[in-house]
Amino acid sequence: MTESWRPTATIETLRERARLLANVRHFFAARGVLEVETPVLGQGGSTDVHLVSLSTMARTDRGQRRLWLQTSPEFHMKRLLAAGSGPIFQLAKSFRDGEVGVRHNIEFTMLEWYRPGFTLPDLIDETTTLVANMLPSFHGPVVHYRYRQLFHTYLAVDPFTTSLEALRRLAAERGQMSTGAMVNEGRDTCLDLLMGLVIEPQLGRNELSVVVDYPASQAALARRHQDTDGEWVASRFELYLNGIELANGYDELTDAAEQRARFIKDNAERRCLGLPEVDVDERLLAALEHGMPDGVGVALGIDRLVQLVLGKARLEEVLAFSTPNC
Amino acid sequence: MANYSTNEFKGGLKVMLDGDPCSIIENELVKPGKGQAFNRVKLRNLITGRVGERTFKSGDSLEGADVMELEMEYLYNDSEMWYFMKTDGSFEQYAVEKKALGETEKWLKEQVPYTVTLWNDNAIQISAPNFIELEVVETDPGLKGDTAQGGSKPATLSSGAVVRVPLFINEGEILKIDTRSGEYVSRA
Repeated sequence: MTESWRPTATIETLRERARLLANVRHFFAARGVLEVETPVLGQGGSTDVHLVSLSTMARTDRGQRRLWLQTSPEFHMKRLLAAGSGPIFQLAKSFRDGEVGVRHNIEFTMLEWYRPGFTLPDLIDETTTLVANMLPSFHGPVVHYRYRQLFHTYLAVDPFTTSLEALRRLAAERGQMSTGAMVNEGRDTCLDLLMGLVIEPQLGRNELSVVVDYPASQAALARRHQDTDGEWVASRFELYLNGIELANGYDELTDAAEQRARFIKDNAERRCLGLPEVDVDERLLAALEHGMPDGVGVALGIDRLVQLVLGKARLEEVLAFSTPNC
Repeated sequence: MANYSTNEFKGGLKVMLDGDPCSIIENELVKPGKGQAFNRVKLRNLITGRVGERTFKSGDSLEGADVMELEMEYLYNDSEMWYFMKTDGSFEQYAVEKKALGETEKWLKEQVPYTVTLWNDNAIQISAPNFIELEVVETDPGLKGDTAQGGSKPATLSSGAVVRVPLFINEGEILKIDTRSGEYVSRA
């Protein structure tokens, strides 16, 4: 059997995709946000326990080195911010190993932008405006939810105070998992399962759903703050449309020491789980030490947005060649 | 058998789950924003035929099931076991229990090749060919002149199946039947 050489998107879809990307560039040009291009390869990578980085060996001026393919352009862009770039955006090829499915592809395009001086609500406004601009036929409202409220509504449990035992039981039951599948899992894994399987599919139905106040343990590279209930939460938002997660925004952590501590904690957790450790990005930490202006940033899966705008069932239908066909 | 990790779960892959061989129908990655990824997997239990869903943590694995599909001709039955023979020239025979036959029992005809699913060399499922030709053994007499349209009547076929046929069909005729829908297609 001959392998299929054909694109996974039609040429007509690629024309539409090009038009939508031109709209994105126009949107940011009109707002004075500079387009940048940063390297796909880095000497440091993402330590995030839930991301699997690809890496490659390269012959550099310092000999044979492992270089990491970015899981998002965040680290390089933050170094530009520290150097005084002002607001910047990028359409960046990013890589996450093992992520294959109707809404995932190992290699994908991330639209990421940073707004020094903006607050998280400012950025939520800008993100929902961009998405609404891309979808002229969509007239639904923007609705805000707190993470805690969603768990009360859809699962009648509190994500912060319910016992771990009860969360494990609920997750195993809702996931129709094998007996005992969750007994060794932590709080966040249980919450992730319930969020991904039960709550997310309900979000963004005839509206743009914005979720805020995630548990502090899920802050990643965002600041933390105390919410109105006195609970520590991540200064972070996610945007959903049609049950699909489209964007993830942070009030960016600028404290180098705190950032280093989180990287080290990630790698410690990686060791516990038997996962490979990832080289910490020392240049990012040096940039934070130098000083990055306070501000916010958001990453939006542009392939998914194109998929939604064009009403395609599978992500590969908006990619010239999906990873299995590359 | 080899182990398969969640990202190798593809439609048609045969795996062991709770002691039963299952065939994977669909596998979808579920990854909430920033957290742990899961795989939502739809599987068919090859013993019971039931379809169900399960969630796995991404990276979990299942043992492969030693399942294969072979073509075999139906030979005969002694009302306890049904006997099939490989069509590869080996003349090797397999005895099949009634529960593995399921719906296929009413489409059995000698010397017709069926798809036999073997698990650890035991037949667990028999699938009929999509179309089969069977003789009418009992039906009301055919109505002359009614060859175009109008009504239908039940007819019992040589395999025991009862299907709706056009009024003009007579006993002794050979009919082509779609085994998936159980519907009359044409005279053979």
